[in-house]
Amino acid sequence: MTTLSGIVLQFFELLLAVLVAPLLTGWVNVCRAWMQNRSAPPVLTPYRVLLKLFTKEPVLAYNASSLFRITPYILFGCMCLAAAIVPTLNINLPINAAADAIALVGVFALARVFMALAAMDIGTAFGTLGARREMMIGFLAEPALLIVLFTSSLISNTTSLSSIVGQMARMDLVIYPSLAFAGVAYTMVSLAENARIPVDNPATHLELTMIHEAMLLEYSGRHLALMEWAASLKLFTYSCMGIALFVPFGISDGDSWAGVLVALTALAFKLALGGSLLALIETMSAKMRIFRAPEFLGTAFILAVLAMLIHLLLETP
Amino acid sequence: MSSTQALLAPSLPSQLINLLAAVMLLIAFAMLAQRRVLTLINLFAVQGLILTASTLLVAWTTSQPHLYWSALITLVLKVLVLPLILHRLIRKLNVKWDVETLIKIPTTMIVGIVLVILSFNLALPISALSGTVARGTLGIAIAIVLLAFLMMITRSKAVPQVIGFLAMENGLFFAATSATYGMPMVVELGIALDVLIGMVILGVFFFQIRERFDSLDIRHLEKLKED
Amino acid sequence: MPNVTPLQNILVVVMLWLAVGLAGLAFPRNLRIVTKLLFPIGAAGALALAVSGYSAVTGAVDTLILPLGLPDLPFHLRLDALSGFFLMLLGAVGTGVSVYAAGYLRAGEASAPGVQCFFFQVFLASMALVTIANDAYAFMVFWETMALSSYFLVVSDHEQPDIRRAAFLYLLMAHVGAVAILLCFGVLQGGTGDYTFDSMRGVEHTPFWGTVAFALALAGFGGKAGIVPLHVWLPEAHPAAPSPASALLSAVMLKIAVYGFLRIMFDLLDTSVWWWGVVVLALGLITALYGVIFSAVQSDMKRLLAWSSIENIGFIFAGLGLAITFRAYGMGALAALALTAALYHSLNHGFFKSLLFLATGSVLHATSERSLGKLGGLIHRMPWVAWLALVGTLGIAGVPPLNGFVSEWMLLQAFLFTPGLPHPYLNMFIPVATAVAVLAAALAGYVMVKFYGVVFLGRPREEKLIEAHDAGAWEKIGLAWLAAGCVLLGLMPVAVVELIGNITRLLVGQSLGNPSNWLYLAPINAERSSYSPLLLLTVVALVALATWMLVRYFFHGRIRRGPAWDCGFPAQTSRMQDTAEGFGQPVRVVFEPFFRMQRELPLPSDQSPRYRVTVDDHFWYWIYLPLARATEFLSRMASKLQQGRISIYLLYSFLTLIALLFFVR
Repeated sequence: MTTLSGIVLQFFELLLAVLVAPLLTGWVNVCRAWMQNRSAPPVLTPYRVLLKLFTKEPVLAYNASSLFRITPYILFGCMCLAAAIVPTLNINLPINAAADAIALVGVFALARVFMALAAMDIGTAFGTLGARREMMIGFLAEPALLIVLFTSSLISNTTSLSSIVGQMARMDLVIYPSLAFAGVAYTMVSLAENARIPVDNPATHLELTMIHEAMLLEYSGRHLALMEWAASLKLFTYSCMGIALFVPFGISDGDSWAGVLVALTALAFKLALGGSLLALIETMSAKMRIFRAPEFLGTAFILAVLAMLIHLLLETP
Repeated sequence: MSSTQALLAPSLPSQLINLLAAVMLLIAFAMLAQRRVLTLINLFAVQGLILTASTLLVAWTTSQPHLYWSALITLVLKVLVLPLILHRLIRKLNVKWDVETLIKIPTTMIVGIVLVILSFNLALPISALSGTVARGTLGIAIAIVLLAFLMMITRSKAVPQVIGFLAMENGLFFAATSATYGMPMVVELGIALDVLIGMVILGVFFFQIRERFDSLDIRHLEKLKED
Repeated sequence: MPNVTPLQNILVVVMLWLAVGLAGLAFPRNLRIVTKLLFPIGAAGALALAVSGYSAVTGAVDTLILPLGLPDLPFHLRLDALSGFFLMLLGAVGTGVSVYAAGYLRAGEASAPGVQCFFFQVFLASMALVTIANDAYAFMVFWETMALSSYFLVVSDHEQPDIRRAAFLYLLMAHVGAVAILLCFGVLQGGTGDYTFDSMRGVEHTPFWGTVAFALALAGFGGKAGIVPLHVWLPEAHPAAPSPASALLSAVMLKIAVYGFLRIMFDLLDTSVWWWGVVVLALGLITALYGVIFSAVQSDMKRLLAWSSIENIGFIFAGLGLAITFRAYGMGALAALALTAALYHSLNHGFFKSLLFLATGSVLHATSERSLGKLGGLIHRMPWVAWLALVGTLGIAGVPPLNGFVSEWMLLQAFLFTPGLPHPYLNMFIPVATAVAVLAAALAGYVMVKFYGVVFLGRPREEKLIEAHDAGAWEKIGLAWLAAGCVLLGLMPVAVVELIGNITRLLVGQSLGNPSNWLYLAPINAERSSYSPLLLLTVVALVALATWMLVRYFFHGRIRRGPAWDCGFPAQTSRMQDTAEGFGQPVRVVFEPFFRMQRELPLPSDQSPRYRVTVDDHFWYWIYLPLARATEFLSRMASKLQQGRISIYLLYSFLTLIALLFFVR
């Protein structure tokens, strides 16, 4: 299965993810500004921010340990790996054999653990606060996410993401109520995991409500750039995973580059739509108190469980 | 995999009914988790709407004209009349408080999931017996009844209890139409009338309760027992 | 050279350990001899044991009858793949712990080093013997030796009343459990009167007596392993012992209990009923969740680890439960999968838990502080311990590419097959119950971030921490050995699974098919799921390295140091960091019903505000205290017999004698 063209395609896909991810973030920001009647920043702003941060000199706290310094690289590596695992354009990815859906959740968990540890490294009030909250969101979101993935795996009898997506894409148009529920649950989990409103606000440094930003407070320069870039990649990966799981139509199957081109167009379209949807959700909802988050994610969890039950009940003989 | 597809493939209407059944179940859970009376009434109305849609669908696929009438009754009664009465009621009674739950919501939810599994397994022998009954939809119908029952148990205010009662009837009706393709018209009309009259009586009750206790908390009724 | 079988090898190691222990008794106060000579010899023995265990896993069954024991009842010994696996675990972990202990023991701490050495070696030897016992008598003798020697290890620091209390509780629970196990053997022999395991294997049990045996085994071994609600002794006893002993207790002794349960359920008991598995699964999941939730709110680092052991035991039992259910339905391949997950997790837990317990030992020695609220920032003072502990932390947090993830991954794969169970309720309840397993696993990540972050990261919370020093060479070697084990178990799952295949073939008749591919772990088939930690690590490492180089190439590598930013707060003290209680707060809030909590909040007007929170285990109040009161009541009743007059006592004896004569005749 591991052919040369497969490997080339894999690299192409990874490169695409790494390069396009900030664009998606920019697009969401633009949409949000439009919907909130503000004048929008240029869609390329995230790239400029990254460039600026890379050129700047990082300022490191006196008591930062080397764990703090390697974390941005590990985080970026994890997110690249995650982006490589999720089939975006083609389902015959060589790396797919290395990690299935459960392992993907594990990779995200690895990134989260490192990020939380780095946030605690400097020993500031906000850092520990962010770490604690992030880990809380993590343990609430992970069960829901895994049940969503389980539902998909039960439908297609595999946990390998490319097989799941392949089966979904090849299927006749059949209504799966379970997938509809799972899709909603997945969206809720993604909002929480990507530090979006209503769980967290990516655009605030308002002290008491921060989660994700609180963990980044001590980072600057290239380290911050990598952390931001990793966050964009995470959003991109989550969006692509949602697209691949619930609306995989158009993804290419064979090795042909024409199919990849079609898939690319479809992906661009779907991402643009998904991004504006995200902006819409963020515009329409208000940030919750931190201890409402368990309820929010609990709802996601119940939805995911219902999805699984409905699959077991309505969709199996 | 192929077996799943083969099973699902049969027809678009049955898939749609499955979808509607799933949404009904979702609404039942949403009602269980909902704290506000107003949203509860709206959810009930939406459930009625879904019920209407599924009845129409069944009527169309099985071409049973009397089911169109059932659908109409459902629409008028459960989507329009009863929610309106309830809206008026809570405005008149001035009950804008949050619904308080007796048991914590997560616990309720877990019990709800257990109930769903239970009802599906209860539906298993019935559907095996009749052959025409879709196991999934019948299971969901039973689940909706039980969940509504659970909601009545966990609530302490009168209005949500009535909504629970009405939602229970929704589940029964769904069982009657979608799972077994309708029951005789007379029975349906009778049920519809029952519900309406029950609602009127309960409405009178509300006012009586409130006059007596200055509140709609039915825990006050505990005082009525003889010591 | 004469052929020496692995079983004889093991006996030699056991003799060596006993000899070392006796030598320790001979020089109780000579620290040099004990640490620099005896413990390294013990470690070499442990290594030899691991090798013998390994050859036993792959080799044939071997039996031996020792001319020891009662006149008519010699000790039967038997070595098969299952025993070999646990011997391997014991040997490999024991090596690391013994090496570490060589650097750890100090004079003037707890009991004399030689005495500790004696109990330590006896403990190791008895655990090895338990796994090779082949009759109930030998098993119970070794089992009790294990309980007693570990009791003396727990009570090493007997000057402190808390520790004496914890050790007593441990002894009590251990003996109640032993009674259950004894009764279980009584049921298993099935009226033949023959207590050898060989004869038990041949006995057919009715479902009723099978269930009785199952319940007794679950109570006995589950109690020893710390299954809820028999877990209460564990968070008291494990932290009380010196760190190497804690490491052995948590990492190895709990696994010996798992071994006993496995031996009875999959080997001695021929019948198997599906709901046994469901009971074990349910208890396992409850234990996992309960353990991890309590672990998250602890503020003593060793207690936190002890609770986390309960969680891991829960995972292992969940896997065993699944295996029992699958086996009862004749789904051999899936039973093998679940069993492999459980065994793999046993091995993993052996390594990372001992690593972390030993790391806390080093921290304790360096700072003489075990309360999380007074530690912090140790990564700067003790880099070796900190970085090695990070390996264990990541392993136990269950993140790839380390070892904890592999077993969790396989357990979840096993869970994914439960909708196929031919039972109308199970095929829906168990898939939903997966969520509990995932929740517990995710919470484990939370707990470990708390543990590591509060102990090693941040700023030192106390002045004296500045003087903390890194561990000595022996300790470093011991830690590094265990950390290497974690890494290898994480990166080479295929080899380990193949090894475990020998055991699953023995117990459920099947093993996971994983023929040719050394890189990808694919327990059922490659289409369905596969996992390759080595590849994951390679990708992450390559990307990280490439990023590092590219950033340096295109931009610069300069760096400036400054004070922490913290949103511009000018005054920052180390007291502003989260304490252990603070970090546990979300768990305390979200899972409030699980705790019996008492809190004292300061008023805004308080001049010297104090915040106090105590979190208790419900089970004390639900089960143990009523039980204790009932016992006390009964004892008070019985004490009425005590009259103080000799003639009354003689009367008692007389009456007993008459009664016996009458009944026995």
